[in-house]
Amino acid sequence: MHTGKRTALYTAVILVFLALTCFASILLGSRRVPFHFLIDLITGKDRTSLEAAVLLRRVPRTVFGLLAGAALGVSGALMQAITKNPVADPSILGVNTGASLFVVCGISFLHITTASQYIWLALAGAGLTAVLVYGIASLGNGGATPLKLVLAGSAASVALGSLVSTVMLPNSNVMNSFRFWQVGSIGGATWDSIMLMLPFLAVGLVLAFVMAPFLNTLLLGDEMAAGLGVNPGVVRGLSALSGIVLCGATTALAGPIGFVGLMVPHVLRMCLGSDLRRLIPLSALTGAVLLLFSDIIGRLIGYPGETEAGIVMAMIGAPVFIAIVRKVRIRSL
Amino acid sequence: MNNIKDKTLQGTQTGSKTTERIFRGSKKRRARWKLVSFFLALAVVVLCLLTLTVGNTFYSLPEVFRVLTAGGGTDAMRFTILTLRLPRMICGLLAGLSFGVAGYLFQTILRNPLASPDIIGISSATSTAAVFCLLILNLPNSVVPAIAVLTGLLVTLLIYLLSVTNGAFSQSRMILIGIGVQAIANAFTNYLLSRAAEYDTAATLQWLSGSLSGSTMEKVPVFAVCSGVLFVVVALLRHQLPVILLGDAFATGLGVNLRKMYPALLASGVILTATATAITGPIASVAFLAGPIASGIAGRGQNNLLPSGLMGAVLVLGADLVGQNLLPARYPVGVITGLLGAPYLILILLRLGAKGR
Repeated sequence: MHTGKRTALYTAVILVFLALTCFASILLGSRRVPFHFLIDLITGKDRTSLEAAVLLRRVPRTVFGLLAGAALGVSGALMQAITKNPVADPSILGVNTGASLFVVCGISFLHITTASQYIWLALAGAGLTAVLVYGIASLGNGGATPLKLVLAGSAASVALGSLVSTVMLPNSNVMNSFRFWQVGSIGGATWDSIMLMLPFLAVGLVLAFVMAPFLNTLLLGDEMAAGLGVNPGVVRGLSALSGIVLCGATTALAGPIGFVGLMVPHVLRMCLGSDLRRLIPLSALTGAVLLLFSDIIGRLIGYPGETEAGIVMAMIGAPVFIAIVRKVRIRSL
Repeated sequence: MNNIKDKTLQGTQTGSKTTERIFRGSKKRRARWKLVSFFLALAVVVLCLLTLTVGNTFYSLPEVFRVLTAGGGTDAMRFTILTLRLPRMICGLLAGLSFGVAGYLFQTILRNPLASPDIIGISSATSTAAVFCLLILNLPNSVVPAIAVLTGLLVTLLIYLLSVTNGAFSQSRMILIGIGVQAIANAFTNYLLSRAAEYDTAATLQWLSGSLSGSTMEKVPVFAVCSGVLFVVVALLRHQLPVILLGDAFATGLGVNLRKMYPALLASGVILTATATAITGPIASVAFLAGPIASGIAGRGQNNLLPSGLMGAVLVLGADLVGQNLLPARYPVGVITGLLGAPYLILILLRLGAKGR
C-alpha cells in the first residue's frame, strides 16, 4: 500500500480509538455510572445529579491524559530522531530521576509546595540529566550506541536515585509528598494543572512541528544536511530543547511516566516509515491514546481503588522494550 | 652442524629463561594475591569489631568480649551488643560476602563487568517477590528467602532465554533485556507498595533501599545456613573458574563440562543474591563493585573469588558504619553503596568508549 494512503488509514483508525478512549475514560472509574447518564449529560438533560458530577470530574483528568500522552509521544520521537537510537526515551535516559532529584531538593531545601514552582525545577533537572547522560554515552569513539546509552542512563538513575534518598530519608514530610508524585499518575489532574502545563506544551509542540522537516534532512547525515543549508547543531539543539520541555513539564505535573516515548515512535516508524513530518503529529495522537488507555486499565485492575498510569505503562512498555532489544542487530548494540 | 647445535642450545637457554621468568611472575602474583586476601580479611575483622563497638554509645573491646563470651555487662550493654549490633554485624558480613561472590561469578561467566545481578534485574525481581510475600501474603520471615530464591532462578532463566535470538546468545543483549526486566519488576514493586497499608510502607521502603537495620537474631540461622552451603559449593567449584576465564573452546578442551558448569555456577550466584536480598534488601552496587575492585588490587587473570567476597563484606560493613555514624542523619547502607556505584559505572563506560565498542 502507498505510504500516504497507509498514513491516512492509520490516522482515521487512531482518531476512532481516541474518541473511544475518551468515552471510556469519562465513563469508567471507581464509581460505576450507568451509560444513560453520559447521554443525558451530553444532551444537556441532566447536569446536576451526583452521577453527572462524577462524570464531569473525570473530564480534566481525560484532557490532562491526552495532553501528557501527546507530549511524551512527541518527546520520544524527537529524542530517537536526534540520537538516531531506537531505545532513547525519557525514562531510559534517566531524565525522570533527574527531574525527581531537583523536585525533592526543591521540596526539602526551598520548601516549595506548589506545582507551578516545581515545574521549573523539574525542567531544569530533566534538561541537565539528558545532556549529562547523552554526553557520557557518546564519549569515546563508538558514539552513543544503544547499550552505552542505556547503561549511562541506568548509571545516572542509580546515582541520582541515591542522592534523592539522601535528601529525602531524613525528612518524613518530604518523603510523603514525594511518594505520591513519584509513581506517575494523571489521577490528580485539575483544570489548574492543565492551564499550568499548556504554555509549555504549546511551545514544545510548535517547536517540534517546525523542526520536523529539518530533522528529516538531518537523517541524510550531517554533511549532506549542512550542504543543503541546514545547521545540524542548531537543529539538534532546538529539537532537544523541545523534547526536554515536553517531557520535563509532563514529568513535573504527572510524575515520571516511562515508555510512552519509547514505544509510540518505534511502532509508528515500523509501519509508516521515518518521515518526521508524519511521525511527530501521529506520535502525539498515539501517545495520547496510549496514556489514556493505560490510565483506564489502571482504574480497572485497581478497582475499587486505582493503579497509577505510570505503573501500568511500565508493565506494558517494558516487554515492548525487550522485544525491540531482541530485534536490534548485535553489531549495533 | 655446530652452528645448528649452538642455536638449539641458545634456544633452550632462552627457553628456560622465559620459563623461569614466567614462574617468577606467577610466584609474585601469587604472593600479591595472598597478601591482598590477608589484608582484606583483616579489614573485614576490624570492621566487624567496629560494628560491635561503635554506635550511639561506645563500648571498649574488652567490654564487648566480656558480653559475648562470659555473659557479663549491664542489661543495657547486653541489649545493645547482643540484640542490636551482633545480628547487624553477622547479616552485614554474610550479605557482603554473598553479593561479592555472586557478582564475581556473574561477571566472570558472562565475561562482562556490567553483568552483575544488580544491573541485570535479578536483584529487582527477587525484591519484588520478597515485597509480595511480606506485604500481600503476610508470610513469615523464614519462608521469604525460599520464595525469593525460586523467583530469582526463574527470572534468570527467563532473561537468558530471551537473550537468545536465532540460536545466538549475546551478552550485550542479556544486559539490555535485564534492564527491561528490572523496569517491569520495579513497576510491580511500586504497584504492591501503593496497595499496601500505610504503616507497612515505611519499613518496606527502608528495606528496599538496602538496610541492615532490620537484622534480628531470628533471621541469622536461615541466612547463615543458606549462604554457608552455597559458599561451600562455590568453594568446591572454584578451580573451574580460571579455566572458564580462558574461553569456551579452551575450557571444553581442558575437560570442563560447560553445559553443567555454567548453570551450576550461575544458579549458585542467583541463590546467594536472592537469599541476601530477602534478608537485607537489595544493597545497591555491592555485587557490581566488589569483583572489579578486588581484581584491581589483587591482580587480574586469576581466581579472585575470595578477594571479591571479602571486598563485598568490606563495602557493606564499611558503608554501614559510615551511614550510621559519620553523617548528620542515619542512612541505610544501600544509599551509601549506591553513591559509590555510579562513578564506577561511568568509568567502565569511558573504558568501553575507548575500546570503541
